[in-house]
Amino acid sequence: MAYTTVLHCRECGREYPQEPINVCDFCFGPLEVVYDYEAIGKVMSRESIQAGPHSMWRYAELLPVSAENRVDLNAGFTPLIRAKNLANHLGLDELYLKNDCVNPSYSFKDRVVSVAATKALEFGFDTLACASTGNLACAVAAHAARAGMRSYVFIPADLEKGKVVGAAVYGPTVVAVHGTYDDVNRLCSEMADNYGWAFVNINMRPYYSEGSKTLAYEVAEQLGWRAPKHAVVPGASGSMFTKIWKGLNEFANLGFIDPVETRMHLAQAEGCSPIATAAQAGTTTIRPVKPSTIAKSLAIGNPADGYYAVRVIEDSQGSAVIVSEEEVTEGMKLLAETEGIFAETAGGVTVSGLRRLVSEGVIKRGDLTVAYITGNGLKTQEVVEDAVRPVFIEPTVEAFEKAMAVRS
Amino acid sequence: MSVTVRIPAPLRRVTNGLDKVAVEGATLSDTLSALDSQFPGIKERLLDETGELRHFVNVYVNGEDVRFLQGLDTSTNAGDEVSIVPAVAGGN
Repeated sequence: MAYTTVLHCRECGREYPQEPINVCDFCFGPLEVVYDYEAIGKVMSRESIQAGPHSMWRYAELLPVSAENRVDLNAGFTPLIRAKNLANHLGLDELYLKNDCVNPSYSFKDRVVSVAATKALEFGFDTLACASTGNLACAVAAHAARAGMRSYVFIPADLEKGKVVGAAVYGPTVVAVHGTYDDVNRLCSEMADNYGWAFVNINMRPYYSEGSKTLAYEVAEQLGWRAPKHAVVPGASGSMFTKIWKGLNEFANLGFIDPVETRMHLAQAEGCSPIATAAQAGTTTIRPVKPSTIAKSLAIGNPADGYYAVRVIEDSQGSAVIVSEEEVTEGMKLLAETEGIFAETAGGVTVSGLRRLVSEGVIKRGDLTVAYITGNGLKTQEVVEDAVRPVFIEPTVEAFEKAMAVRS
Repeated sequence: MSVTVRIPAPLRRVTNGLDKVAVEGATLSDTLSALDSQFPGIKERLLDETGELRHFVNVYVNGEDVRFLQGLDTSTNAGDEVSIVPAVAGGN
């Protein structure tokens, strides 16, 4: 059984039964799952977690699904890597990277979709669908294949090839929409009312979004049951950012870690930074933008959780950081060259955002810092193609030595 | 010809289940008023106390978010399509 009771509206508090709905009928506010934390506290402990599976499902009590028939590709429990080289480069003593590049479909999206697909089966759906900037399409198609469900993934037509192939290979119906992600999202929002499908990030959203909390639980556990002083997180809709904050605080409320003093920092690229721009201006009113960024996984001009993300920045005394388009690829290369991790463009945003936060003195040398690397670089290879500069030689030792002499 | 307004599921209880309603209105504001006179109460669900669109409602005229146009003053012509869409969707 799931340790959840009802859905409630985050704005007006009205309660709803646990159904495939995401919006309050009265004020249009987002619906959120309510847990029975008292019951969870009786069955969950550090020890019970440590005895659990090596996946995100070791935290199953804090996810809104029952234990049976999980759609499970073994997402989560990804490495938390001590990044000494990058730390030295930036001037930090204690930096860790949460490497979510190594999930089953190569991004953190497997966490949310594993929950959404499981819940969709519970509700009796036979079709999964999503509006996606790419990574979500891959995760939905993969989990649908695993579950024996049909899937429809809606993507902007100009997406990187690595993401289109990375979704198409699992056999979904790929719908390439002429427009931005925001156009795709509007289309799917209108369709979700009339199709009997589980749109993971629309009518399944209250359940789906909870999967991102496992990014917080894992980091806290992997740090030895403590929260970091700083978390640096890429921002698109703002959902993951708010759920990391929620997850840390749930762990504290359950007594697994001390009260949370983490400062939450949200990073966006210059070509699409509606949340960071609002946060820097000190307002929770998000002005939508028309995205124009190479960080396509973050190209949401009308972010659904922007308002709540700004609130988390305020509540946690965090900050928002905007990096230039050039810094996106610089950050990708810096991460790859210093730590051997090939992240997609969002990872470049995070690393360059981190660099700015250190150089601006927001993050100090001795501060325990975690940066979230949420997607794999093989999906966005085209932006770093200029790194490919092979030394062409004939197959002789002399040719090699001559070429090296020229190079040095 | 009139303006077609697409109604999202949360508002269909007010529109007696209709997912499309045809009304007359020269601006978005007029269109919503016309909608409200057919289905009283719908306007207060869409607008806050200050008369602005609520935080969690997006309105589109012919597919364009009205925040990129003239908001409630955006002109609406015969044949136009107005979409009311809950804002809380999507996410990456």
